[in-house]
Amino acid sequence: MTLGKALPHDAAPLHVTGAARYVDDIPLPANALHLAFGLSSEAHADITAIDLSAVRAAPGVVMALSAQDLPEMPDCSPSAHDEPLLATGRVHYLGQPVFLVAATSHLAARKAARLAKITYAPLPAILTVDDALAAGSRFEAGPVVWAKGDAEAAITAAAHRISGQFEVGGQEHFYLEGQIAAALPQEGGDMVIHSSTQHPTEIQHKVAHALHLPMSAVRVEVRRMGGGFGGKESQGNALAIACALVARASGRPAKMRYDRDDDMMITGKRHDLRIGYEVGFDATGKIAGLSFTHLFRCGWALDLSIPVADRAMLHADNCYHLPDIRIESHRLRTNTQSATAFRGFGGPQGMIGIERVMDHIAHDRGLDPVVVRRVNFYAPMVSSTGGLSAPPHPPEDIFEQMKGRGAVQTTPYHMPVEDFVGDRIVDALLESSDYAARREAIAAWNTGSRVLKRGIAVTPVKFGISFTLTHLNQAGALVHVYQDGSVHLNHGGTEMGQGLFQKVAQVTASVFGLEADAVKITATDTAKVPNTSATAASSGSDLNGMAAQAAAITIRDRMAVFLAGRHQAEAADVVFKAGRVLIGGADLSFAEAAAMAYAGRVSLSSTGFYATPRITWDRVKGSGRPFFYFAYGAAVTEVVIDTLTGENRILRADVLHDSGASLNPALDIGQIEGAYVQGAGWLTMEELVWDAKGALRTHAPSTYKIPACSDRPPVFNVSLWGQDNPEATVGKSKAVGEPPFMLGISALMALSDAVAACGDGMTYPALDAPATPERILQAIARVRHV
Amino acid sequence: MTDIAFLLNGTPVRLSGVSPTRTLLDWLREDRGLTGTKEGCNEGDCGACTVMLTDPAKGAMPRALNACILFLPQLDGKSVRTVEGISGPKGELHPVQEAMIAHHGSQCGFCTPGFVVSMAVGHATGRQDHDDVLAGNLCRCTGYAPIIRAAKAAETAPVPDWMQEAEAPPASSAPEADDPAGFRPKTSDQLAAWYAEHPDATLIAGATDVGLWVTKQLRDLHPVAFLGGVEDLKTLTVNGDWFEVGAGVTITDLLEAVAAPLPSFGEMLRRYASVQVRNAATIGGNIANGSPIGDGPPALIALGAVLRLRRAEARRDMPLEDFFLDYRKQDRLPGEFVESIRFPVKAPELRCYKLSKRFDQDISAVCGCFNITQDGGTVRSARIAFGGMAGTPKRALAAETALIGQPWTLETIVAAQQALARDFAPMSDMRASASYRAAAAGNMLIRYFHDLSGEAVDVLGVTA
Repeated sequence: MTLGKALPHDAAPLHVTGAARYVDDIPLPANALHLAFGLSSEAHADITAIDLSAVRAAPGVVMALSAQDLPEMPDCSPSAHDEPLLATGRVHYLGQPVFLVAATSHLAARKAARLAKITYAPLPAILTVDDALAAGSRFEAGPVVWAKGDAEAAITAAAHRISGQFEVGGQEHFYLEGQIAAALPQEGGDMVIHSSTQHPTEIQHKVAHALHLPMSAVRVEVRRMGGGFGGKESQGNALAIACALVARASGRPAKMRYDRDDDMMITGKRHDLRIGYEVGFDATGKIAGLSFTHLFRCGWALDLSIPVADRAMLHADNCYHLPDIRIESHRLRTNTQSATAFRGFGGPQGMIGIERVMDHIAHDRGLDPVVVRRVNFYAPMVSSTGGLSAPPHPPEDIFEQMKGRGAVQTTPYHMPVEDFVGDRIVDALLESSDYAARREAIAAWNTGSRVLKRGIAVTPVKFGISFTLTHLNQAGALVHVYQDGSVHLNHGGTEMGQGLFQKVAQVTASVFGLEADAVKITATDTAKVPNTSATAASSGSDLNGMAAQAAAITIRDRMAVFLAGRHQAEAADVVFKAGRVLIGGADLSFAEAAAMAYAGRVSLSSTGFYATPRITWDRVKGSGRPFFYFAYGAAVTEVVIDTLTGENRILRADVLHDSGASLNPALDIGQIEGAYVQGAGWLTMEELVWDAKGALRTHAPSTYKIPACSDRPPVFNVSLWGQDNPEATVGKSKAVGEPPFMLGISALMALSDAVAACGDGMTYPALDAPATPERILQAIARVRHV
Repeated sequence: MTDIAFLLNGTPVRLSGVSPTRTLLDWLREDRGLTGTKEGCNEGDCGACTVMLTDPAKGAMPRALNACILFLPQLDGKSVRTVEGISGPKGELHPVQEAMIAHHGSQCGFCTPGFVVSMAVGHATGRQDHDDVLAGNLCRCTGYAPIIRAAKAAETAPVPDWMQEAEAPPASSAPEADDPAGFRPKTSDQLAAWYAEHPDATLIAGATDVGLWVTKQLRDLHPVAFLGGVEDLKTLTVNGDWFEVGAGVTITDLLEAVAAPLPSFGEMLRRYASVQVRNAATIGGNIANGSPIGDGPPALIALGAVLRLRRAEARRDMPLEDFFLDYRKQDRLPGEFVESIRFPVKAPELRCYKLSKRFDQDISAVCGCFNITQDGGTVRSARIAFGGMAGTPKRALAAETALIGQPWTLETIVAAQQALARDFAPMSDMRASASYRAAAAGNMLIRYFHDLSGEAVDVLGVTA
C-alpha cells in the first residue's frame, strides 16, 4: 500500500541535479521578448507627464507602453476591478507599475525601465494604521463586527480585567523563485501561458479578459513553482497579462521575470496589523468576556484582504472556548503594496491575539501560562477509542470530557467544535518535551545569569480547513490508464514544493494497487482540468486527492466489471493489489489487465470531481460552519536572550502536530519543520520597514532577513499525532500546509517569558512582533522600569 | 585570440569578445543553456546560484561562489563546476545528492542546486560545520533541518572520482592593457602603473560589492581591472608581532589566519557575510570600499592597524582610522590603491561584537570592537571602534579617554558609556533606530567588561 508511505518528493532527483524545470528554464524561441515594469517613485501622486522617449531609444527595446498607449487598461485584481495593470493617471503606492518595456533581453528591459521621465504632483500619502484611521481610509463602509454572547457585560462583571494592544508585522514571502510568466502566441489568436502561479484558472481568466478571448482560447500550464506560500495566489496576474498583451501585439513570445528588488517593491506581503484587546477573567485565568479589535493595513487595492481579515476573526479563539466575545475588524486602505495571501491567510494574525491574551493573563495572575491555556480549552472530542498513541487521561480530564459531552461548545461564529484534540496534544507534548522540569531549570538558571536570560512557552494551534468562500471547495482530476498499464495523472492542484503531486499520486496508485512511481505526474494544465480553485487554504491534497481518487475508482470499477465478466466473477471480488489484478483464480499484471480492458473497448480515462460536504457559511452574520474540520498542533519553544543587546536565539523546539492519518509522513514532517521556522521568522527577525515617504526599505535579502540555516532550533523534535481525521477526508488525513505555521507563535511567547524574567514581575513585557533585538531591548527596559 | 579560458564541468571553454561585466550566472543560463544554476536574488545573498570554483593557484581546494556576482574574467585559469557537473558523467548521483533525496532535503527545489553545490564543496573539503558551510544558502521551505541531516549523512562517503579536475584549465592570451575584457594585471607593479594612468577605472577584486553596481544599479563600468591574478597582493605573512596582509587576501584566508591568535576577530569574520562572499571578498576591497557598515575596519582599527596605500611607485602608511574621512569618502588619491594592511598578531583583550537582526550573513546594525589593556587594575590603553554608528568606521575617542588611567570597574565603564554619547550621533535606518544603536553600543561596553571577567555574555554559547 503506497498510501501513508514516507516517499521522497517525486521531483527530488530532478531538484538535486538541477534538472527540474521552472518557467525561466523553459527554452523560448530566439525572438522572444523580455519585459520589465517601470515603477512609481511616489506613494500617492497624480502623474502629470510620462516621457518614454529615452526608454524607446534604449538598446534592444522593441516597445514601451504606458496607460496613454493602451486603449483600455487590463485589470489584475482577483476580487474587485481595482488593479489596473499600469497606473492610470494616479499612482497609489511607491513601486506601482507605471509603464511596461519589452526588449530583446531581460537586462536590456531592466536598463531601459530606468530611463523614463515621469513627473508627479504628490498627494498626501496614507501609510500607517493611524493615518488610515484618521482619514477614514478603509475598504467596506465600516468595521466588520462578529459577536457571540455579551462581551462587554461579561468583561465588566469579571473579577479581573486587563487590556492592551500590540503591533504584529507583515512578512515577505521570499519564495526563492521570483514571480515569472511567459506567453506563447498561438494560431488564431489563442494564447499559451506558462506561469509560476498557485492559481492557473485565475491566470487563464485574467488573460482571457485582457485579450477579449473566451477562457477556452487561453491555456495555462504550471509544472512547478519555486515556492509560493500564498504569494503566487494573485500576484502573478500582472506578469501573465503583460506577457499576453506584448505577445499579441508583437506576435512574439514574451517573458517577464521580476528582479528580486522589483518583486519585493511591487508585490503584496502578509498583512500587518495592530491588535487591541480587553478581557475579563477569574482568578484561575478562565476568560469570561473578551473583546478584540483588528486594525489591518491592507494596502492600496482590495486583493484578498476581506477573506484574510475574515479568517483572522475566525481564528481569534484558537483553542479556547470564549462564550462572550466581540471581534471588530477594520480593513484599512493605505498607500502601500496591496497586502495579500500568505500561509495561514489571516489565521496567524487572529491566533496571535488570543495567545497574547493568554500570556498576559498568566502574567497578571502569576500563573504558568500553560495553566491559563488549559482552563480555557474547548471541551475535548468525545471518541469511542482513545487511539493507540493517545495518552492516558488524568481524572480531571475525564471530568472535563463529561462536561463537554453535555453541551457541544461552539466557536465565536457558532460552529460546534466536535473534534478538539488540542488538550491531548498539549498534554502529550508537555510530557515528551519535559516542559515542567525544564521550566523550573530555566528559572534557576536565570537567577544565576546576569546578562543572559532564558524563556520557554507552549502554544497550541487549531486551524479551520476549507475555503471560507464555500464554492471554492471543489476540485477536478483527470486520470488515464494506457494500454501498457501506465497511468497518467492530472488534477487542478499546483506543486510549489509541498509534495502535493506525490501525495495525489500515492492516492491514485493505491486505488489501482500500484506503487506511486507507476503513476506519471503531469503539469497542471487548464486544458486538462478546468475551473480549478487556487492551491491554497491548505486544501490541495484534501480536494485534489479526493477528485483523483474518484477518477481512479471510476476506471478501476470499469476494469473490474469487464474483467469479472471475462472470468465469470463478481466485480466486487476483483482485487487490485501489489501491481496485480486478481479475478477469481486468475492473476494478471496490471498491464495485462489494462491491455485486456483496452481490447475489450473499455474506457480507461475518467475525470473525477469532489465538493467538500457539510460546509455552510454566512459571512455577513458571521455564523455557520465555514470549516469541514480543524487541524491541531502544539509547540514548546525555548529561547535565550541577551539583556544588553536584545539578541536572541531559539534553543530548542518540540512539536506535536495533527495531520490525521498522514498520506505521507515525510512530506508532512517537512511541511511542519518548514512552517515552524517560517512562523518563527515572521515573529523574530523578519522585519519590513517603510520610510516616511512610503518606500519599502527592506526590498532584498540584504536587508530583509529570513531565517538562515543556523536559525533553526538546534534541538528540533517533530512528531505526528497520527490519529484518523474523524471526517471522511482522503485516507482520513488532515491538511498540513498552513496549520503548523502558527506553531512559531511559541517562539514569540518564549521570548516574552525570557523578557519577563528580566523584571520584577510587575510589568508585562508587551513585546511587539517581530521581536527584533531592538524590540526585545525596549521590552526589557519596560519590565525594568528604565 | 582568447580573452578568457576556463574549465566548465571538466570541459575547456574559451571566450572572446565578452563584456567584462557579464556575470557567470547570466552566461550559464542564457548563453550556455545550463539552467540548473538559479537566480534567486542577483546580489549574492541567497546562494541559489552557487557554483564550485577551483583555482590551481590555491592548491586545487574547491570553493563555493555566487555566480550572480561573478564576472566572466574572474574565471580565467580556473575550473568551474555547476550543479550539472556535480553528478557523474553517466548521471550517477553525488553522495550529497543521494542524501538530499533520502532525507527529504528539497521541497520546491529552487534553492536545491545551490545547496547541493555548497554541500559538495563542504564534502570535498571535509567540513562538518554545516551551519557555516550553508549560511549563504537560503531555503524558504524546509526549515533546513532535513538539509543538515543530509549533509551529515553524506559526510563519510568518498568523494566521487568525477569530481577530480582531470586536466588543467586552458590558458588565455596574455592580457593587454587595453583589453576590452578588462585589464588583468599579474603583478602589483603592473597594476600600479596602469591605475596611475587610468585613475577613473574600477578595480574589481572579489566583486561582492561592485557586482551589485552592475546587477542592481545597472551601471556600465569602463574601464575595469580585475585584480584576481595579482599574486603578490595575496600574501599573508607574520613579521615579528605583526600580520602583514595583502589587499587581495580573501576574507576566508584572513579568517583562517586570525582564528587562532585573534579568536574574537575570527568569530566575527565567521559571521561576516557567507562562505560564498568570504571566498570572493578581499580585505583590501572591504577597506577601500569605505562602507560605514563593513565589519573589517572596526576590528582592524581596534587592533591599531596600519594601512599602506600605493600610487605608481609611491607608497604611504597611515593608521587605518585616518583613511576614512567622511561618508563614502576616503583619503585616497586618484590612481592610488590599497596595497596592504598591518596589524598586531597578539591582542588578548580584543573583543568584536557584531549586532544584526540575523546572526549569519547579515550586515551589522552596530559592530563594536574593543581592545583595552590594564596594568594592575588600571586601564593602560584603550582602542574602541564602531561600525554602523557614523558615516565611517570610527574610533570612540571620548570613551577611550574616559577609560584610560581609570580603575577597571563597572563604574568606569558606566562613565565611558556616557562619554560614548559624545562620540557618536548614529542614524536610524531599516536595520535599527538611532536610539537603539546608541543604547546597544553603550551596552557593548558593559558586555565587554563582563566578557573579560569570564561571565557568560554570548547567546551563541548557550545550549538547551
